[in-house]
Amino acid sequence: MKNLNKTIVSSMVAGIMAASLSTAAVAESDGKVKLGILADMGGVYADICGRGCVTAAEMAIEDFGGKALGQPIELVTADSQLKPDIASSIARQWVEADGVDAIGGLVSSAVSGAVSKVNLNAKKLTMISGSASNTFTTKSCNPFNVHWTYNVVALANGTVKPMVQAGKKKWFFITADYSFGHALEGVASKVINENGGEVVGSIRAPLGTTDFSSYVLQAQASGADVVALANAGNDTVNALKTATEFGLTEMMDVAGLLVFTQNAQAMDPSVAGGMRLTTGFYWDMDDKARDWSQRFQERHGSIPSMIHAGVYSATTHYLKSVEASGTEEAEVVIKKMKATKPEDFFSRNAELRADGRMVHDMLSVEIKKAGERKDKNDIYKVIKVIPGNEAFSPMLPQCNFS
Amino acid sequence: MFDINLFGLFGQLLVGLINGSFYALLSLGLAIIFGLLKIINFAQGALYMLGAFIAFLALEYLGINYWAALIIVPITVGLVGIMMERFLIRPIANEDHLYSLLLTFGLALIIQGAFTHMFGSSGLSYAIPEELKGGNRLPFMYLPNYRAWIIVASVLVCFGTWYMIEKTKLGAYLRAGTENPQLMQAFGINVPLIVTLTFGFGVALAGFAGVMAAPVYSVSPDMGSNILIVVFAIVVIGGMGSIGGSILTGLGMGVVEGLTKYFYPEASTTVIFLVMVIVLLLKPAGLFGKEA
Repeated sequence: MKNLNKTIVSSMVAGIMAASLSTAAVAESDGKVKLGILADMGGVYADICGRGCVTAAEMAIEDFGGKALGQPIELVTADSQLKPDIASSIARQWVEADGVDAIGGLVSSAVSGAVSKVNLNAKKLTMISGSASNTFTTKSCNPFNVHWTYNVVALANGTVKPMVQAGKKKWFFITADYSFGHALEGVASKVINENGGEVVGSIRAPLGTTDFSSYVLQAQASGADVVALANAGNDTVNALKTATEFGLTEMMDVAGLLVFTQNAQAMDPSVAGGMRLTTGFYWDMDDKARDWSQRFQERHGSIPSMIHAGVYSATTHYLKSVEASGTEEAEVVIKKMKATKPEDFFSRNAELRADGRMVHDMLSVEIKKAGERKDKNDIYKVIKVIPGNEAFSPMLPQCNFS
Repeated sequence: MFDINLFGLFGQLLVGLINGSFYALLSLGLAIIFGLLKIINFAQGALYMLGAFIAFLALEYLGINYWAALIIVPITVGLVGIMMERFLIRPIANEDHLYSLLLTFGLALIIQGAFTHMFGSSGLSYAIPEELKGGNRLPFMYLPNYRAWIIVASVLVCFGTWYMIEKTKLGAYLRAGTENPQLMQAFGINVPLIVTLTFGFGVALAGFAGVMAAPVYSVSPDMGSNILIVVFAIVVIGGMGSIGGSILTGLGMGVVEGLTKYFYPEASTTVIFLVMVIVLLLKPAGLFGKEA
């Protein structure tokens, strides 16, 4: 046993030494573009940003011609397992030893936060497409953060505000008990109060709760007009299912604050039909979106989530900016990215602000009832387009990295 | 936090009992497999998930409805269990418990991984059967018919199983066969067959719980791993291998968890483990276990 411990300790020491050696050997500009995609390959968010995020990045590279700065673009991928410690050690390996220039994908706010710290040290780009927290462009903003697709502010402004303004004043929250849920509840509560509504209660349910019946009963007793689900993925699907079963949906409105296409597909249309939500992208919104989504579906097997589309868009904008600035050095490339407007099937009236927030038009959509659906992918009806400056909050002065 | 609303409390107790019914079904399966066969079956959660998925696939592709699934799925899952026991577990039957634990844990990961690969992680939806839609307004809450059915069905199955093992001749053979296999074999009873069938039965209970769960929870690959650890804690609290103990503890822990969700929801996923620690400190063999 003692010997075994010795072996373990000595191999750890050797590992640490090797790691610090490689840190010393950080390459400056090597003239090659290398992109890392960190996603959740087998966990709860695998459908919204797992293999699909890799596919989206591959498509972006292929569509760009496969080469940048005259050399083939390299892509490396890894599974974050949704664990911040694993994510940061992968990121460190990538940017310090393997010559990765930018890390994209990034689902779960905790993972993105960890990677962003590593990248700030190494002066490499963090291109967040999957996370919802607005912290990356507010409290923990830094010059190397780029936040694409959506955030909690856009969700709250898009879904909560119109409901409060339409007279739904009393709100009750069922919130996922981790950073994302807290952020979403906080931002949404602010929107409610600012518009003359009030929050009558909230419950923090642990992530991965299967049985929401207890929470639904408490929501029922609260006398609220709307029960807001400040959670994501299976949690939202399960909560809604239970809410219907216990007759909550007949007494109050239920608002899913973050619903991805894959979750909407998993919901029973007779229950979810008519529910409004906010999304950064819908595959069937117009011809350009349909074209790309069709190609994505052929390769991936299912329709893209807004995160998949966001990864493609962010990657494309990055590659264009690398090519235009003639180097892959992050400090130069990020300036170029912020100076040019992203333009593709995903980015509408878009700009990348100096704080790293990619602002673009969001969509307010309604989940179609069973009778309105042509097939299983036909899930949303677009109600209106929310202009980017209404959806996202203004830039904070301390995050102005122009 | 302490303005206790009596009606609200009753509601939570009932909801807790419903959850406890699932815990009871799953922990009963584990307790049978451990109590009689001394196998720690970590694949129980994956087989519960398998049950839910088979019910979903049967409805989707073969048009087999919920009621038929309630019979067919446990049998199918039981057969899977029998194959597992015969070809994978039996070769290591005489090794330390740790081997079967690791083997079944590995199997659980493989099954879960395969289903995530095939069906994704978002979950699928299974409708509540027509006959059980709707519900009744009780003085203190609205009780959906399906939830009432869960309690009735699982209590019937659990106590039926307990009665069979503890009170009938078949059960006596079973207990004797695992207590002293040589002697029973000398009496002309096929002990390996009994072992295989018992394992199959314990696993079939997980399949049954899976069908019961499909209409109320999202059918997803990780539904089993979420619940398995809790169920193991329940088996430990009840006393490893105690059949009746696992049923009562399952129902009881459901209620404890329900109350926690009412008073302090953030702790609802931990409270069972807290109880486990306390029970282990005071009564290491579990509430209903025999002191070794």
